[in-house]
Amino acid sequence: MNSPIAAARPRAIDRVNQSLKRRYAAERRFRFLGASAVVIGLLFVTILFVDIIGKGYTAFWQTSIQLSIYFDPEVIDPSGERDPQELRRADYQKLARDALRAEFPEVQRRQELRELYGLLSTGVAQQLAERVQANPERIGTTEAVWLLADDDVDMLIKGKIDRDLPESDRRVKDRPLAWIEALEAKGAIEKHFNTPFFSNGTSREPELAGIAGALMGSFYTLLLTLLFSFPIAVATAVYLEEFAPKNRWTDLIEVNINNLAAVPSIVFGLLGLAVFINFFGVPRSTPLVGALVLTLMTLPTIIIASRAALKSVPPSIREAALGVGASPLQTQFHHVLPLAMPGMLTGTIIGMAQALGETAPLLMIGMIAFIVDIPGGATDAATVLPVQIFLWADSPERGFVERTSAAIMVLLAFLIAMNLTAVMLRRKFERRW
Amino acid sequence: MRKTLIAAAVTVTAFAATVSVQAVARDTISIVGSSTVFPFSTAVAENFGRTTNFGTPKVESTGTGGGMKLFCAGVGVGTPDITNASRAIKASEYDACVANGVKDIVEVKIGFDGIAIASSKDAEQLDLGLKEIFLALAKVVPDPEGSGKLIPNPYKTWYDVRANLPKIEIEVLGPPPTSGTRDAFAELAMEGGCKTFEQIKALKATDEDQYKAVCHGIREDGHYIEAGENDNLIVQKLVANPDALGIFGYSFLEQNADKIQGSKVGGVEPTYDSISDGSYPISRSIYFYVKKAHVGTIPGIAEYVAEFTSDKAWGPEGYLADKGLIALPDAERKAMAKDAQAMKTIGKPAK
Repeated sequence: MNSPIAAARPRAIDRVNQSLKRRYAAERRFRFLGASAVVIGLLFVTILFVDIIGKGYTAFWQTSIQLSIYFDPEVIDPSGERDPQELRRADYQKLARDALRAEFPEVQRRQELRELYGLLSTGVAQQLAERVQANPERIGTTEAVWLLADDDVDMLIKGKIDRDLPESDRRVKDRPLAWIEALEAKGAIEKHFNTPFFSNGTSREPELAGIAGALMGSFYTLLLTLLFSFPIAVATAVYLEEFAPKNRWTDLIEVNINNLAAVPSIVFGLLGLAVFINFFGVPRSTPLVGALVLTLMTLPTIIIASRAALKSVPPSIREAALGVGASPLQTQFHHVLPLAMPGMLTGTIIGMAQALGETAPLLMIGMIAFIVDIPGGATDAATVLPVQIFLWADSPERGFVERTSAAIMVLLAFLIAMNLTAVMLRRKFERRW
Repeated sequence: MRKTLIAAAVTVTAFAATVSVQAVARDTISIVGSSTVFPFSTAVAENFGRTTNFGTPKVESTGTGGGMKLFCAGVGVGTPDITNASRAIKASEYDACVANGVKDIVEVKIGFDGIAIASSKDAEQLDLGLKEIFLALAKVVPDPEGSGKLIPNPYKTWYDVRANLPKIEIEVLGPPPTSGTRDAFAELAMEGGCKTFEQIKALKATDEDQYKAVCHGIREDGHYIEAGENDNLIVQKLVANPDALGIFGYSFLEQNADKIQGSKVGGVEPTYDSISDGSYPISRSIYFYVKKAHVGTIPGIAEYVAEFTSDKAWGPEGYLADKGLIALPDAERKAMAKDAQAMKTIGKPAK
C-alpha cells in the first residue's frame, strides 16, 4: 500500500492541522474585538459617570453663613398680637441685613452696603419666616442662625471661583472677599447638606433652585402614563395574540404598531398639540397632557413586549385549561396572563423608563417652562426632570453647572432603579419551559 | 386580576371624559416667547410670585416667532397672556393677532441685549469691524481679486481677512438658524458689514431677496460651527480652544468674565455701558407684549407688568441688571413704565 501516489495525496487531518493555527488566531481576534467593544462601552459610561459626579457632587452641599439674628419684635410683629398674617408679611430680609451690619459695623456707604447684603441669598427671608412661624416664641430673642449664602459666595467657597485672579476678572470682588475671609476665620461659613435642593421648586437663583417641582411633575406624568398605557397595551396584546383572527386587517394593525414604535417622539408632541390641546381642550403644560402624549409613545413598546410574553406561554397550558372545561376568557385570565405578566411588566417598566427620560414631545405641549410652584395634581402646570436639566444647562449663572449635574444624577438614579426592578422581576418570576 | 383590569379601564375612560368637558379656569399668568428674554422674565415671575399673593407665572421658552403664534391664536384662558420677544412685533404678526380677535396689544420695551463675539482669556483680544465679521463668516463675498463677482468665501485665516489680524484659522462657534440670536447677529453684524460694499448695497434696490441671501448667508464650509442653543457649551469649548471665537448673548460673557473676553467690534468692547449707550454695534432691543383683553380676567397681569417696570427690577441697579439685562436710558425707561402701567396699546407696526 506504500505507493508514492498515496503518500503524496494530502490527508484531511493534515489540512485540518495546518489550518488549525489560523482558526485559533481568528477566534482569538474575534474574542479580542468583542471584549474591546465591551471595554470601550464601559469606558464611555465611566467617563460619563465620572464627569457628571465630579461636577455634580458639590451641589449636595450648600454654603451657609452663621449670623446672630435678633428677632426684632418691632420688625416682625409691631402690633404685638402674633397675627399669622402679619408674621408672614414682615420684612425678614431686614433682620438678616441688620445682623450683617452688626457683624461689619465699619461698612457705611450705600454701595458698600449693597455689596454686603449681596453675601446672603434672597431666600433668607423665607428661611427666617419659617423659623418664626414654627415657633413665635422666638420673637424678641437672639439666636445664631445658619443662613443661605449667595450663589457667588457658594461658588467661591467650593473653589469654583479662583481667589488669586485679578479683581476685574473675578465675580467676587475684593471687598466681599475680605468679608468672606473674615467670616471664614471666625468659623461662621460652613457647608451643610443641601435639603432645599430636594424640597424647593426651581428658581432663577442657583442657591434656591431645587428639583422637587420637577420630581413631582415627573411622578404625576409617569403615574398617569402607566394608568393609561398599561391597560390599553395589555388589552391590545391579549386581543391580537389570543382572540383576533389572522387576516389582512390584523396584519395591517401589527405593521402599524411596529411602525409606531419607530416614530420620532417629537411627532407625538405635535399630535398631542393638535388633538389633545387644540381639539379636546386639555390644559397646556400639565402632567395630564404630558401623560397622554407619552402614553402614545410608550404604547407600542409595551404592546410588543406583552405580545412576546404571551407568545412565550406554551400552547399546552391553554390546551390543558380548555381541556378541563375552562372558557377561553378563564383560560386567559386564570392561566395565560399570570404566566405572561412578568414579561409584560418588564416591558412596561422599560417603556416607563423611556418616558421618564423624554423631552422632545413635551416641547410642543408647553412643558418646557419655568414653573416655580410645586404641582399639587395632574392639572397643575408642571415640568419634568429631563426638562429641568435642559433648562438649568442653559442658564448663565455658574451655580447651575453643578445643579445640572446633580439633577442628572437624580434622574440616573431613578432610571437605574427602574431598570434594576425590571431585571429583578424577570429573574424572580420568569418561567422556562 | 380581572376586577382590577376592569376598574382601571373604567377609571381611564371616566378620567378622559371629565377632562374633555371641563372648562379650565386659570389663576396664574401664562407667558411664552423668546429664549433671550426668558432669563429676565423668569426672574421677574419668581419675585412676583414670592412678594405677592398671586401664583408664580408660568414662563415657556418657545422662541419669539413661536410665542407670537401662540399669543395671537385668540383671546381666552387657553391662550397666553404675555409673549416675550427679542425683536419688535411684525406687521404680519399684528394682522394675524387682529384677525383672531387680539386687538389690543400693549408693547413694553424692556432694555437691550448685546451679542458678544468672545474668545478665551488666553487668546489675543481681536478688534474686528463689521466688515471683517462679514468677510470672515459670509457664504459668498465680493471677489478680492476685483472681478466684481460674488464668489464662495475664500478666506481661511483672520490674516487673510485683514493683514493686522493674527494668522489663526477662522473658527467661530455660534447659534443655529432656529435661534433668535442668530437672526439678530445676521441682521446687525453681517448685514452691517455687508452694506459697506457698494456692489452689494446696489443689489438691495434691484433684487432684495438676493441682497438678503447674500448678507444673511453664513458659510457652511466648517469655519462657522453651529454649536446648538446651549451657550454654556460654547463657553466651555472656547476655554478648551483659544483659537476659536464664540457668538452668544452678553449675559454669558458677564457671568464668565474670568474665562472669556469679548472681542472689540468697531473698536468698542462689549460692556454694560457701551451697549447701553448704543456705541457697541451688535445690540438689539427686547420686548414683551401684553394681551389687554386678559387684564382683569386673569388675576395679576397688571401687577406683573408693574413689577417688571419697577426700578427695583429693570432699573440699572435692579435685579434684572444682575441677570445681564441692559437697562433703557432713564428718560425712556420712565416714559415706558408709565405707558405700560397705563396699558397703552399699539397700532399696526410699519413693517
